[in-house]
Amino acid sequence: MHKAIKLSIAACAGFLALFMAANAKDVVYEFHSYLFLIFAVAIAFWLIGRDEDNINLNSYMDGPIRSGVVATVFWGVLGFAVGVFASSQLAWPDFNIAPWFNFGRVRPLHTSIVIFAFGGSALLCTSFYVVQRTCRVRLFGGDLALFVFWGYQLFIVLAGTGYLLGNSTSKEYAEPEWYIDIWLTVVWLAYLVVFLGTVIKRKEPHIYVANWFYLAFIFTIAVLHVINALAIPVSLTGSKSYSLFSGVQDAMIQWWYGHNAVGFFLTAGFLGMMYYFIPKQAMRPVYSYRLSIVHFWSLIFLYIWAGPHHLHYTALPDWAQTLGMVFSIMLWMPSWGGMINGLMTLSGAWDKIRTDPIIRMMVTALAFYGMSTFEGPMLAVKSVNALSHYTEWTIGHVHSGALGWVGMISFGAVYFLTTKVFRSDNLYSLKMVNWHFWLATLGIAIYASVMWVSGIMQGLMWREYDPEGFLVYSFAETVDAIHPFYVARTIAGILYLLGGLVMAYNIGMTILASKSNAKASLTVLERPA
Amino acid sequence: MSILDKHHRVETNATLLLILSFLVISIGGIVEIVPLFYLQNTIERVEGMRPYSPLELKGRAIYQREGCYVCHSQMIRPFRDEVERYGHYSLAAESMYDHPFQWGSKRTGPDLARIGGRYSNKWHVQHLTDPRSLVPESIMPSYKFLAKNKLYVSDIINHLETNQLLGVPYNQEMIENAFADIKAQADPSADTTGLLKRYPKAKTGDFDGNPTQLTEMDAIVAYLQMLGTLVDFSTLDLGQR
Repeated sequence: MHKAIKLSIAACAGFLALFMAANAKDVVYEFHSYLFLIFAVAIAFWLIGRDEDNINLNSYMDGPIRSGVVATVFWGVLGFAVGVFASSQLAWPDFNIAPWFNFGRVRPLHTSIVIFAFGGSALLCTSFYVVQRTCRVRLFGGDLALFVFWGYQLFIVLAGTGYLLGNSTSKEYAEPEWYIDIWLTVVWLAYLVVFLGTVIKRKEPHIYVANWFYLAFIFTIAVLHVINALAIPVSLTGSKSYSLFSGVQDAMIQWWYGHNAVGFFLTAGFLGMMYYFIPKQAMRPVYSYRLSIVHFWSLIFLYIWAGPHHLHYTALPDWAQTLGMVFSIMLWMPSWGGMINGLMTLSGAWDKIRTDPIIRMMVTALAFYGMSTFEGPMLAVKSVNALSHYTEWTIGHVHSGALGWVGMISFGAVYFLTTKVFRSDNLYSLKMVNWHFWLATLGIAIYASVMWVSGIMQGLMWREYDPEGFLVYSFAETVDAIHPFYVARTIAGILYLLGGLVMAYNIGMTILASKSNAKASLTVLERPA
Repeated sequence: MSILDKHHRVETNATLLLILSFLVISIGGIVEIVPLFYLQNTIERVEGMRPYSPLELKGRAIYQREGCYVCHSQMIRPFRDEVERYGHYSLAAESMYDHPFQWGSKRTGPDLARIGGRYSNKWHVQHLTDPRSLVPESIMPSYKFLAKNKLYVSDIINHLETNQLLGVPYNQEMIENAFADIKAQADPSADTTGLLKRYPKAKTGDFDGNPTQLTEMDAIVAYLQMLGTLVDFSTLDLGQR
């Protein structure tokens, strides 16, 4: 696209932002309009200032990947820190600072940063890296990839500041208000164009398995996001909106979205990551081609059905609950298909678990993936869910998946990517990777077991009757009983956060070291075929 | 294994891969979601259900804004202990005007589906201001600031109209009187005959202990006090369900 066209789009966006700010009906909307304006102005200045002749179109496009690695580490540490803060609020309610930092506003901030900012940045940068290397072409769409990366970062900032300032749709994991949702849709469709375009112009005859997963993830998230976020705003210049759906239909659509945010964002996307980085780091081919075909199609088919297990024994019709339960149990098989395919890739290289801390991280990620995809179907059984639903057990389950699977596989990929895209021969310190591994693993182990015990205890206390047929515990007594577990969980979170800080230092030093070697390595640019 | 051998066609054609993936991910959602818009027991109306009064609607928006749903469910499951602790199990119809639903997914605090009328207004204000003064074990944050925040009411008609657009049965009379109704509901000296005719069972009078000002505290307490009170289960026949 011509520079003038890009500039005029940025200018139009800037004027739109000014118009929105001038007519804003509430403070959050006005603040966000200004953020949008700053974004548009920054793009315009960048467009004017850059030297277009200096872009080497024959090389891979690694700029957004480098930014993505830094963003992943940054958001990871911030997200874990906000998690520790939220956890402390539950242990010691005096940590609530009204109104901006009350738990009700901090919790969506935590979930959004870790899922969408940390996980999302990891998915963006790894997918851009993987698709270029496995298709042997530069990213399609030129500057569009940069727009995707920075537009996505803007989305995160809008969403996060929105929650703290009191802007929430109250749909879990979809809390951003309508105009932020529209912005995300634009960015996400651009992401689909970049990714699909790159796959289409590939120089390899076959589309590599990692790209099937990335493509299914990008596409399905677009569908889920657009449908679940449908809403009518009260005013076009105000932030409040009302969801298009209500009651039981809204509940079903929300958890169809919510569970598949897990299924496609946190699973399919990260499986794509797994299918590239584990074979690369282990230097072994993927264990079974057929298994990857079977488990890919069965995984994406079955996941979509699992949503109603979030609504067991609610006012959702029984048949829908039963469907959700049955498909959740079936989902166990394709999930373990992925785990087995990843683990067995290490055949003949098992010694690397002992010698290579990055491989150890990736294998641990798969182990946690296996554990949480066994626990998930179990929790989806109605009679188990009757006990576990509404309790801390769910939180424990989510974190064994999030900290164990998503976290560990992302850390592994980040360590791998850093040396590649910053052209550094080695990481600053492998010993620190080892420290990170053990801090994180210990944190997860404490976190998960503490939440299991407290969740089951909570569920049992709520339903306990005395011999005369009266409920034994008041609700407040069950809150009191959980206090020590909340404290232990906070300590677990601190361990995991410390691991993240060790990573941040290690990655930071690696990048700094690579900068000083930059001149020497510029001459050996990688080239697509 | 012959099907698997043909898979190379899919993995050499990005468009085909995309189309097949789309078909595969569509089925589950369509089967589970579409019928809910047509089945009798998910769209039935139950005696007593009415749209939120303007003040309750504003209170509900504050409930969402503060993330109350993060710790409080509004969905009582049909178990003996839940029914004894919280009241009659929740019906689908009871959240039919909730855009979006507030069933929640976690009980860090108790369920609120039928909290309405269980405590006095004064209790709620004190509890929201300093939860541990009433429940020492509580870990709830303080919402003292709601009593200081003046309730923003001038856009209330737009809120009702948006809901009307979404199918909530607000009629012309309700919309015309929205502005008057939101003030009257929290004003102890106001004539509330019309309001109560439009919104039966609405709680009226001063909520926040400060009759001179309409605050966010008024709105949230008005909302909490109506939760779960609309359907009269002593006369409701659930036999045919």
